[in-house]
Amino acid sequence: MVFEPYTIAVMLGASLFGLFVGAVPGLTATMATALLVPVTFFMPPIPAIAAMVTATAMAIFSGDIPGCLLRIPGTPASAAYTDEAFAMTRKGEAELALGAGLVFSAVGGLFGTVALIVAAPALAEFALNFSSFEYFWLVLLGLTCAVLITGDQPLKGVVTLLLGLLVACVGLGNPAGFPRFTFGNAEMTGGIGMIPMMIGMFAISEVIRYVVDTSPPAEVVVDKVGNVMRGQWALAKKYPVQILRGSTLGTAVGALPGAGADIAAWMSYAMSKRFSKEPEKFGTGHVEGIVESGAANNSALAGAWIPALVFGIPGDSITAIVIGVLYMKNMNPGPTLFTTNPQNIYAVFLLFIIANIIMVPLGLLCIKVAKRILRVPRNVLMPLILLFCIVGTFAINNTPFDVAVMLVAGVVAYVLEANRYPIAPAILGVVLGGMLEENFITSMIKSEGDLSAFVGRPIAAGLAALTFLVWFALPLLRALRSRRQAALRSSASPR
Amino acid sequence: MKLNDAVLGALFIALGAAVLFGVQGFPKIPGQPVGPALFPGLIATGLCVAGAVLLVQGWRGRRNGERWLAWEPWVQSPRHVAALAVLLGSVLLYIFAAGKVGFLPLAVLILSALFMTLRVPPGRAVLIAVIAALVVHFAFYKLLRVPLPWGVLTPYAW
Repeated sequence: MVFEPYTIAVMLGASLFGLFVGAVPGLTATMATALLVPVTFFMPPIPAIAAMVTATAMAIFSGDIPGCLLRIPGTPASAAYTDEAFAMTRKGEAELALGAGLVFSAVGGLFGTVALIVAAPALAEFALNFSSFEYFWLVLLGLTCAVLITGDQPLKGVVTLLLGLLVACVGLGNPAGFPRFTFGNAEMTGGIGMIPMMIGMFAISEVIRYVVDTSPPAEVVVDKVGNVMRGQWALAKKYPVQILRGSTLGTAVGALPGAGADIAAWMSYAMSKRFSKEPEKFGTGHVEGIVESGAANNSALAGAWIPALVFGIPGDSITAIVIGVLYMKNMNPGPTLFTTNPQNIYAVFLLFIIANIIMVPLGLLCIKVAKRILRVPRNVLMPLILLFCIVGTFAINNTPFDVAVMLVAGVVAYVLEANRYPIAPAILGVVLGGMLEENFITSMIKSEGDLSAFVGRPIAAGLAALTFLVWFALPLLRALRSRRQAALRSSASPR
Repeated sequence: MKLNDAVLGALFIALGAAVLFGVQGFPKIPGQPVGPALFPGLIATGLCVAGAVLLVQGWRGRRNGERWLAWEPWVQSPRHVAALAVLLGSVLLYIFAAGKVGFLPLAVLILSALFMTLRVPPGRAVLIAVIAALVVHFAFYKLLRVPLPWGVLTPYAW
């Protein structure tokens, strides 16, 4: 299935597309996935998934390239160590930085894949016994994590989550089958299309951000990139703990709903600095943090697929789009996917392995032509992306209504992000709103309105306890810490 | 476009209140403890509460000299404002006029207008617009069989 010429061709095409999108600042890996949806819509399931897996893996790596050469991260996932990589370039170590990004991206990606292969089937077997009670708590726990982990202001995450949940309420798709908030519009009865919304939120909002960007274009400081593979083996021998730690943290953060490669990279970079033997070198062009967080952001990609495949709960915004595609391909995520369609699951595993391996030669190629990619005129590129978004959105259902959804979603996402509201919780709200309500209503009907039944089964009770712990314990910890810091500050300041 | 927390907070309260008002008309399902109004009702309540907190926060920010609305530098630059207007206008134009005018003429128009406001030289802008429109049309109409509208070109459809 995977080694058919068609699939291989799709993977190659998607790789080049992903490398390009990642390397152009302002185009993100999530945007690459959103732009791929209209095309994959017309493919069989396996090539469709292959396209998304390879394109995102490549984009997360190639986001390092402009970070290193221009000091502009190509994707948000590279932002954590952009200054570090650029400082290395200033010191004349651009090759080492780019090579470390490439090699340890592949290593991290493979680590995440192994975790996916080991954890997903085991979890699926466990999840087969789940009833609506467990699913209700699981979704609630996931949404809670999404709010708490994204951004420094959880309240703003709560707001975007609620907005997403509200959008999920629109239409007939609720347990009662009652048309909600449709305003008598026939197109609204079917609900707000997830894919047009995501294309709007991740592609149109970026185009808007580009046209109102007043900052001058950055200059490439490097003339020629030499052999980037030199010295990588020495790095691997010098930093094995860092590689393992970055990959593990990345996989775990990826698996948490709402947090993806970008947060994995930030957390991992901070951790690397904290546990480093030479933390004073961080920020001056030191490769250690790049090794660790470069591995982390790629392992997060695979980690995000664990809850996505097993429970249908996306680990990041990319898998949120992927879940939408899986439903369109009749590969509904959930534990039964592992029993009814195991060959598809194994194909996904294999795709991840191949994608992370071909990343090395293709990445080398991309670094060679990096200068040319960075020179692509973005004033030509962005309008083309806009046209592609319009046509792609129209192609899903052949209706201009979806194009309107895309435009509104894009403008709303732009305004919210300009005001520092995180977008990921909104996406999760839209994807999981229906599931949360359905499991809640089913549970209520089963228990005849008795709320105590929600904690009547051991696993449900455990998940409930965990959810409440996250709700109450984490904000409390945060408050305590800030109070202690405030106390320290006031005692340190002269009276 | 940085809005004061209070502005968005008030907006969220209004949205929540509108939803709460709307769900009053939703039917109850006989024999079931919960109906279709419960879920949106809970979400709307949450929005109102969060909006209220934001309102208070924004009010405090106001006292510290925050403005209701702070614009980014692009508002001062006519070129950037024009580009944004062309961008939003062209999507709207497509939504309302694509059926009548057709994909190809509209795509060429939209692309050339955007290229030119983004300072691509006019000749090159039109050339790229025509080529890109034809390529996209070929890929989606011929290869993927998406029924892109022909509009005014219907008699010449190929």
